[in-house]
Order: sequence, then C-alpha cells, then structure tokens
Amino acid sequence: MEEAGPEVDGKPVGRRAILGLIALAGAGVASGTAIQDGLANFLAPLELRDPTGLIALIPVGDTFRFYSVTGTVPTKNAQTYRLAIDGMVTHTASYTLADLQAMPQTALVRDFQCITGWHVPQVHWSGVRLSTLLDRAAPLAGATAVRFRSFDGTYTESLTLDQARLDDVIVALQMLGGPITHNHGGPVRMYVAPMYGYKSTKWVSGIELTANVDPGYWEHRGYPVDGFINPPQGNGA
Amino acid sequence: MTGTVRRFGKVTRAVHWTVALLMIICIVTAAILYNASFAVAIGHRRLVELVHVYSGFALPVPILLGAISAAYRLDLRRLNRFTRAEWRWLRSRRRRDGSIKVGKFNAGQKLNAALSGGAIAALLGTGIIMYFPSLTRLSWRTGATFVHDWFALAVGLLVIGHIFYAIKDSEARRGMRTGRVSASWAWAEHAAWAEEVLGSQQDKVRESQPDVEQEHLQ
Repeated sequence: MEEAGPEVDGKPVGRRAILGLIALAGAGVASGTAIQDGLANFLAPLELRDPTGLIALIPVGDTFRFYSVTGTVPTKNAQTYRLAIDGMVTHTASYTLADLQAMPQTALVRDFQCITGWHVPQVHWSGVRLSTLLDRAAPLAGATAVRFRSFDGTYTESLTLDQARLDDVIVALQMLGGPITHNHGGPVRMYVAPMYGYKSTKWVSGIELTANVDPGYWEHRGYPVDGFINPPQGNGA
Repeated sequence: MTGTVRRFGKVTRAVHWTVALLMIICIVTAAILYNASFAVAIGHRRLVELVHVYSGFALPVPILLGAISAAYRLDLRRLNRFTRAEWRWLRSRRRRDGSIKVGKFNAGQKLNAALSGGAIAALLGTGIIMYFPSLTRLSWRTGATFVHDWFALAVGLLVIGHIFYAIKDSEARRGMRTGRVSASWAWAEHAAWAEEVLGSQQDKVRESQPDVEQEHLQ
C-alpha cells in the first residue's frame, strides 16, 4: 500500500494534465462545429494547394469518410452500369447511365451529414429527381415505400414513398463538380438531402417499390429508420 | 555495477502489454476507418468498427485493474509527481548526461504517461458519443468527431515517439519484457532510483537479497 512505498516528491502534474486534457476534450465537444469550422476554413485552401498531400493526413474535419460495408465492390462504368426500377410498379425499367444523363437534371448545394457527427458543408450535387423515375414507373396502389439496393451486394436502405418524392431526393450522377467517383459510390448513388448519410445509398443498382418500409443495413444495427437530420440544416444559399 | 535490479512487477508489465496490444488494434482499425483507400479496399466497415470500438472500451480496463497491485500503484504515483528538478531536466540540453539525477521515471516518460492517460480518457468519452448517436444532440457529435480525430492524431504521435525511444534502448525494453534491468543501466539512466533501490540495498546484496542478483557483465 502507499504508506509502504518510498516518499514521492513533487506536485501531481500528471493528474492535472489528465484532467486538463479531459476538460479540453469536453470544451471541444460542447463547441460543436465552431472550432472545427474555423480550422477547416484555414486548412482546406492549403490542402487544395498542397503538392505533398501531407495536409490530407491532418484531421481537418470537413472531409468525407468513405464507408463500405462489404469487401471489394465491383467497379461499374457507363457501359456496365444499370439502374433497375422494379417491385410494385406498372412499368419496370433498366436505365443506363446515358438514359439517366438524358433526363432533366436537378442541382443542389447541400451539406452531407453523417449521424456520427462528421459533415461536409456545401457539397455540389446533381442528378435526376427520384420522383421523376417514380412517375415514369407508376407505382401500384399498394406501394408505400421505396427500397434501394446497392451493387456492393449487401447494402440496402428504404424511404417511405412520400419521403422518396421530396424535391431534394435525387439519383445523383455528379458530386463535387464531376462524375461520382467509385469511392464516393459512383457512377450513381442516392443523395437524400434532408436525411443522415446512411440514407444515401452508394453504388445504387436497384430501386424497388414495396408495400412496407424495410429497415436498411445500418437500421438493423441500431440507427433510426426515420433518418431526418435533427435539427434540419445546411440548406444551400 | 555487475548485477540486475527489479524494475517492473508482473502486474505493471501485464498492464503495459495488454494496453499496447489494444492500442495497436485501435490504431490499425482507426487507419482502416479513416483512410479512404483502406476504407474502400478493406471495406467490412461494421466489423472493423466493432473491433475498434470494443478494443477502445477495453483499453482503460487493464489500466484500472492494475491497481490491485501495490507496486503498480507506486509506479503510477511516481509517474504522477513532478519536482522542480524535472522541469529543469526537460528544459536542459544536458539532460542525458546524468548531471540532473533521474528517478525511476524521467520527466519525458511522466509526460508521455499523463498525456496518454488524458488522451485515452478523451478518446473514450468522444468515442461513446459517436457510437451511441441517440445519447446526444448532433452538434455534440460533430464536436466529438473533431476532438476524437485530433486526439487520435496526438496519441499516434505519442505511440510513435514511445516506440522510437524503446527501439534505441534494448535495456529499457528488457526491463518491460523481463521485469529486470542491469544495475549499470539503472545508474546511467535513473541514478536517483538506482540510489534508492541499490544504494540502500548494497549491504543486502551479499545476503543474496532476492531483488538484486549478482551477475557477470558480458
């Protein structure tokens, strides 16, 4: 016991350092986005001009994290990509990338918000409104929900039909000013602007009309089926 | 000096190596979760995330459980306390020449221990906020992600520095591996501690005191 040990001189600096770090972390949590935004404003322009790429190793904050829930995801291009519309519809369809590009495009500038906290402000998105595809497919009377499949072979997500018809729910063909890269879920992914990121299925390959909302991949693992961001945020100026 | 001296007890070493293993698992899985190329190439995010989160939850457990050992508690107490001489040692360019006598731990080791301990607590707290999103409001989760990222970077640097110093000093590694170090190393690196444990036990050596064994230098 401590009485038995030799005398230890000095001040309890170690304990103070530990408590100080905990307080610092608490202040960082409570400040929310304030410190992060300031730092990102400072570092993001530097990162763009950094030829060494070293700044990318610094956790600037406002950057994408890349989620994949399976092993290797196949790469699809304009020749091999297909988007199936099926389930409870009058007209099933299989769209190529060119088909989708020929449809009216909707552009949005909105945040990408992950439920765990990270977000990327003011991302440029464009693509076809999901409601456009739903109108063409003409859902049958009993259809109340939309289920998304991914060509990663595992991921699924769902929206109610009403949510799916919102103006800011798009089948995205472009993000960040160019075609969607493979790591971002390209060539085609969902972007469900009013909801957390897990609702925006990457590598989307099928949209199926169903009678009920079928909880998706992360919803089976604890995330809410209602994915609306609370409080709503990030409406582009 | 020809002999060895006991530096770390079984419990202290068990805590060190358990924490080392969990920390390495946390760092490797963190790299997979954070780096875009690793994240997409390896995928299986749920599995990687579970390994990361539960290794992180487990990390403080051995640190706390170690307190059953009096020798471990004394090590912690020594790490906790800083004297004026130690601030001088940190600032001095001649800190390695032995002119300022060092106790069982030098001030750099103490700083590393305190910063690691504080960072582990911060990472645990922010990790809980991120892993259970229903606990807190969104702005806290954003803050927690930010804090977690920066503390993770800092801990990575501390671990790299720790391993760098360990690679340079085989006797220090032996101390953490076997529990014993040569008396000559103890006098060279931790003179005040050597005085404490060897100086007072000089006379007992001949009575084959179990903690100080005679041994020929190679």
